[in-house]
Amino acid sequence: MFAYISRRILYAIPILIGVNLLTFALYFLVNSPDDMARMHLGAKYITQEGIDKWKTERGYDKPLFYNETEQSYKKLSNTIFYNKSVKLFLFDFGNADNGRNIGFDISERMWASLAYAIPVFLVGMLVYISFALLLVFFRATYVDLWGVVLCVVMMSISAIIYIIAGQYLIGKILLLVPISGYEPGFSAVKFLILPVVIGIVAGLGSSARWYRTIFLEEINRDYVRTARAKGLSELRVLFSHVLKNAMIPILTGAVVAIPLLFMGSLLMESFFGIPGLGSYTIDAIRSQDFAIVRAMVFLGSVLYIVGLVLTDISYTFVDPRVRLN
Amino acid sequence: MMAELRNALQQLYWQKVFFVLGALMTLYLIYPVLFNVQGVYLITDILIYFLVFCLILFVAYIRKQPHLSVPWRQVFKGKIAMSSAVVLSFFIIVGLMDSIHFRYIEKSEATNTSYSVDMLSVLDVSLRYISSDSEKTYSAPFAIYSYAKENFINDEGVKYRAYPRLKFAGSHLKKPEQEYWQDIISKSVKGLIIGLIISVVFSAIFIFYLSRTSARSYLDTLKNILQDKFDLPWRVMLITLSIVIVLCAWLFYLSHFYHVMGTDKVGQDVFYLTLKSIRTGLVIGTLTTLIMLPFAIALGVMAGYFKGWVDDVIQYIYTTLNSIPGILLIVAVMLAIDVYIENHPALFETAIERADIKLLALCVVLGITSWTGLCRLLRGEVFKLRELEYIQAARALGVSNFKIITSHIIPNVMHIVLIVVVLDFSGLVLAEAVLAYIGVGVDPSTISWGNMINSARLELARDPVVWWSLISAFSFMFALVLAANLFSDAIRDAFDPRQQGVK
Repeated sequence: MFAYISRRILYAIPILIGVNLLTFALYFLVNSPDDMARMHLGAKYITQEGIDKWKTERGYDKPLFYNETEQSYKKLSNTIFYNKSVKLFLFDFGNADNGRNIGFDISERMWASLAYAIPVFLVGMLVYISFALLLVFFRATYVDLWGVVLCVVMMSISAIIYIIAGQYLIGKILLLVPISGYEPGFSAVKFLILPVVIGIVAGLGSSARWYRTIFLEEINRDYVRTARAKGLSELRVLFSHVLKNAMIPILTGAVVAIPLLFMGSLLMESFFGIPGLGSYTIDAIRSQDFAIVRAMVFLGSVLYIVGLVLTDISYTFVDPRVRLN
Repeated sequence: MMAELRNALQQLYWQKVFFVLGALMTLYLIYPVLFNVQGVYLITDILIYFLVFCLILFVAYIRKQPHLSVPWRQVFKGKIAMSSAVVLSFFIIVGLMDSIHFRYIEKSEATNTSYSVDMLSVLDVSLRYISSDSEKTYSAPFAIYSYAKENFINDEGVKYRAYPRLKFAGSHLKKPEQEYWQDIISKSVKGLIIGLIISVVFSAIFIFYLSRTSARSYLDTLKNILQDKFDLPWRVMLITLSIVIVLCAWLFYLSHFYHVMGTDKVGQDVFYLTLKSIRTGLVIGTLTTLIMLPFAIALGVMAGYFKGWVDDVIQYIYTTLNSIPGILLIVAVMLAIDVYIENHPALFETAIERADIKLLALCVVLGITSWTGLCRLLRGEVFKLRELEYIQAARALGVSNFKIITSHIIPNVMHIVLIVVVLDFSGLVLAEAVLAYIGVGVDPSTISWGNMINSARLELARDPVVWWSLISAFSFMFALVLAANLFSDAIRDAFDPRQQGVK
C-alpha cells in the first residue's frame, strides 16, 4: 500500500509540471509581462521605468523558459517559469496582483465552497441512488418507464435554466429565501438552501439514469438469482446485495469528485454570490489575474490526482479481491 | 456469373452515389453564378458541408453492409427514435439553410462590381419579411402595442403618454380593438390549413414512394401504414412529420403579420433569433466532435495497440489535459484567440468572419477538453481486441501494424466512437449556454441560445416581466437536446453489446 501510494505521488510530479507548462504557455501566448504590467498599472502615463519596476517587484523581469545569459543549470532555473513553479510545488502561492496573499484567500474562501459542495454531494448521492433503486425496484413497469422519461427530460434542460427558474420561482415569487448572497456562520443556511436544492435537481436526470444502468447490470447476475431463490425479499436483495456489489462503479465516479469539492462550483457560486473558490476563480479570470488562475489550476490538478489515488484505495475497502501493487 | 452481376450492380450503386455527391458539390460552388450573387464560404460552412458530404458517403456505405445496416434498422424501429429523428432533421434542415451565405450585388459595372455589406443566408432570405422590419424595443408575443410608453401630442396640443402601435406587428389592422382576436383566429386557421395541406401532400408522395418500393398497391400501403404493419414505424414518422409541418406553417404564416415570439431589447424578432441560433448549436455540437475525432481515435488506438512507451506518453498527455479544470483551459484559449484577432485585424474582413473564427476556436477548445474520455475508452477496448485470436493470426501472418489497425481494429471500435459522438452532442449544445454566462462562449454578436438566455436573465427583473425570449430560446434548445438524447439512447441500445441484456 505504502509503496503504491509513494509511486503514485512520484508519477504525479511530471503531470503537475506538464500542467504548469501548459498554463504558462497558454497565458504568455496571450500576454507578455509588459502587457500585464501595463494593465495593472492602468492605461495612462506609463513609463518604461514604471513597467520595469512592476516587473522586478513581482519577479516578471526574467526570460520565460530559457535564460541565455546565465551559466549551466541556471539557464533553466533563473526564469519566470522555474521561480513561479517551484513555489507552487511547496504550496506557496505568493501574492495576487492586488497584493493579497493567495494562500490566505484560498484557506478563507474554501469554507464557503465546502458549505455548498458537501451538502450537494452527500444529499445528491443519497437522492440519486435511492431514486435509481426505486426505478430498479419497479423495473419493466410504467413507473420505471416514466421515471426514465423524466430523467431524460431533466437531462435535456440546461443548468442555467434550472438556476434562473429556481431563483425566479422561489426567490422572487414565493419569497421564501433570499435570491443570492452569503453570511458566514450558521445563518449561511438560508442562503444555501436554494443553490443546494437547485444543484441537486440539476444533476438528477443524468446521475439517476447512470446509477440505474449500473444496478440493472448487477441485477441479472447469478448471485441475485441465488438470493431470490433463498427467499429473500426484493427490497433486501436490492439494498444489501445489489447495492453492495454496485459500489465499485459508483465509487469510481464519486471518490474522484470528493477532493474537487474544495474547488467549489464556478457556475453556482457566481450565480448565487457565494464567496467560495469558484467565484474566486471566475473573478480572477475576469480581471486576468494570472497568479490566482495559476494557483487554482495547480490546486485543481493536485486534487484531481489525489482523487484518483483515493479511488484506487477505496476499491480495496469495497472489494477484497482488489490488491494494490 | 452471379458474382459478376453483383459486382456490376455494386459499381452502378457507387457511380450513382458519386454522381449525386458531385452534383451537390457543383451546385454549392456555382449557385452564386446562377442567382447572380457573391457566394461567401465561411470556414464553418465549409466544415458543415464537408460533414454532410461524409454523412452521405457513410449512409451509402452502410446500406451495402448488412452487418452495419441491421443495427441501424434496429435504431429506427423504435417509435421514439423515429419521431426524434424527424425533429432532428427539422433542426438540421434549418441549420443547413443558415449555412449558405452570400451577398447581393448592388451595382454591377463592366469593370468592378460592388457587393452589399450585409451577408445573408438562405434562411435570412426566406425570413426576409421578419428580419427587415424591426421594432424599437421589447414587445410581447402577438402584441400590437409596444412594451414601453412614449410621448404623444394629441389634436389639442396636449402631451400625453401611451403605448405606441408597433411598426410591423398588426399594422394591417385598422381598428385593432375589434379586429384583434378575430384576425388572430382567422389567420391561425389559415396557417393551420396550409400546414395540413402540405403535410397531406407530403404523406401522399411518401406513400406512393413506399408502395413502389414495397410492391403493394397504393391503398394497401396506406392501410398497412395505418395499422403499423411495416417493419419501420412509418405511422409515427408521418404523424410527427405532420405535427412539425403544421406547427411550422402556423408560426411562419402568422409571423408575416405578428411577432409570434415577441421582440427583444433592440426590437429584433425573437422567432427569427431562435431560428438563427439553431445553426450555432448544431455547429458546436457536431464540429467539436469532428475536430477531436481524428486525434482521439489515432491516439487511443495507438496507445492500446503498441503499449509500452507509446502508451505511457499518450497516457501522460491525456492525464495532464484531464487534470486541468476544463473551464480554465477554455477560458485561456478563448482569451488567446481574442488577443490574436485584435492583433491581426487584416486577416478578417467582416465582423461575421471574426465571429466565425471565434465559433470555430470554441469548437476546437471544447474538442481539446473532451477528447480524453473517448481516447481512454478506445485504449481500453483496443487492449482487449489486440489479444484476440484473429489479430494474433494476422500478426503471425506478417500483416503490417498499419494494416491491422486500419482494417481489423478501427472497424471494430467504431461503435464506441459512434455512441460517444451522439452522446456528446447534447452535452455540447447545453455547455454553450453555460459558457455564454461565464463570458467565454461564442462571440457576443453571434446569435445563439446561450447569448439569448444570458441576456434574458437580466430581463426577468423588469416589470412586467419580459419572459418571451427566455422561453423561446429554452423551448427550441430543449426540443433539440431532448430529440438528440432520445435518438442517442436508441443508437446506444442498438450498438452497445453491453446494453443488450439491460432494458
